[in-house]
Amino acid sequence: MANEAAAHADHVEPNYLAIMVFLTILTILELMVPPLVSDKLTAGSLLVILAVAKALLVALYFMHLRFERTTLSVIALTPMAICVFLIIMLLPDLTSTTRTYTPVEPTAMSETADH
Amino acid sequence: MSEAVVDSHAPVQQPAESPVTPESWGKLGMWVFLAGDAMSFGGLLAGYGAMRASSPDWPNPLDALGIELTAFMTFLLIVSSFTMVKALSAAKHSDLPNFRKYLLLTIVGGTVFLGLQAYEWTHLTHVGMTMSGNPWGAPLFGTTFYILTGFHGCHVFGGVVYLTCVLFAGMNGRFLGENSSPVEIVGLYWHFVDLVWILVFTFVYLL
Repeated sequence: MANEAAAHADHVEPNYLAIMVFLTILTILELMVPPLVSDKLTAGSLLVILAVAKALLVALYFMHLRFERTTLSVIALTPMAICVFLIIMLLPDLTSTTRTYTPVEPTAMSETADH
Repeated sequence: MSEAVVDSHAPVQQPAESPVTPESWGKLGMWVFLAGDAMSFGGLLAGYGAMRASSPDWPNPLDALGIELTAFMTFLLIVSSFTMVKALSAAKHSDLPNFRKYLLLTIVGGTVFLGLQAYEWTHLTHVGMTMSGNPWGAPLFGTTFYILTGFHGCHVFGGVVYLTCVLFAGMNGRFLGENSSPVEIVGLYWHFVDLVWILVFTFVYLL
C-alpha cells in the first residue's frame, strides 16, 4: 500500500504554467463568442463546451484527478450525473405549460362561479 | 483492563488506509465534501436555468453586468490556482521559502477577488439591482445573481481563511516533504472554488 501511495505521489509533475496559459486563452475565446456569434444556440453551445474544457483542465491537472485512482474520478463525477438528471427532471416545467398559459377572463370566472 | 503497547519510535500511522487515497483519509474526506458541495452548486445552477427559461423578460446579462471586471476576476482565480499548485509542489520538495511565497500569493489572489466582488455588488445596488428587482426586466435576475455569486463568494472567503490557517500552521516547515497532505487538501478546496467560478462566469455572465 505504501509503495502504491509513493507511486501516485511521485507522478511526473505537469507543466502548470502551460495549463494556466491555456486556461487564460480559453477565457479570452469565451469573451469573443458573444460579440462574434449571433446565433444564440451556437453561441450557447460554444460557451458550454469552452467552460467544460476549462473545468476539466482544472480537475484533471490542478486537482490531479488524472493521476488518481479511477474510484476518485467516479466520486467526482457522481454529482455531475445527478445534476444532469435534475436538469432533465426540470425540463417539463420549462416547456409548453409555462409559455402557453393564458389567464382566465374575470367575466368567465364570475359566470363559472354562478353555476 | 490491559493497555496496548505503543512503540513511541514507530511512524505515526492511521489505523486503516483508504484504498482510494492512500496518502491520507483527509484527502478522501475533502473529495466527498466537494462532491456534496458540487451538488449544492449544481442545484442552484439548475434552479437558475429553470427560472431563466420560464421568464420571457429575462435581461441580457451582457447589457446589465460588467463583463470586463468579471473576466479579470476569472483570470485572478486561474492565477491563484496556479500559485496554489506551485505552493504544493514547493511543500513536496521541502522548499519552505517558495511554499510561503506561493501560498501567500494565493491568499492575496482570493482577497483581491473578494474586494472586486464587493465593488461589483456595490455598483450593481447603486444602479438599482437588488434581490427583489432591477431596472432591466425579470426580478428573479437579481435574486439568482446575488444568491449564486454570494454563495460562491462565501466559499472564496472560507478558502482565504482556510489558506491563512494552513500558512500560519506551516510557517515553520511543518507541512514539508511527506507531511504535505494538509497543503494538498486545502489546494483541492481552492481549485474547486476556481472550477465553480468558471461555470458561474459562463452561465450567469456570458450566456
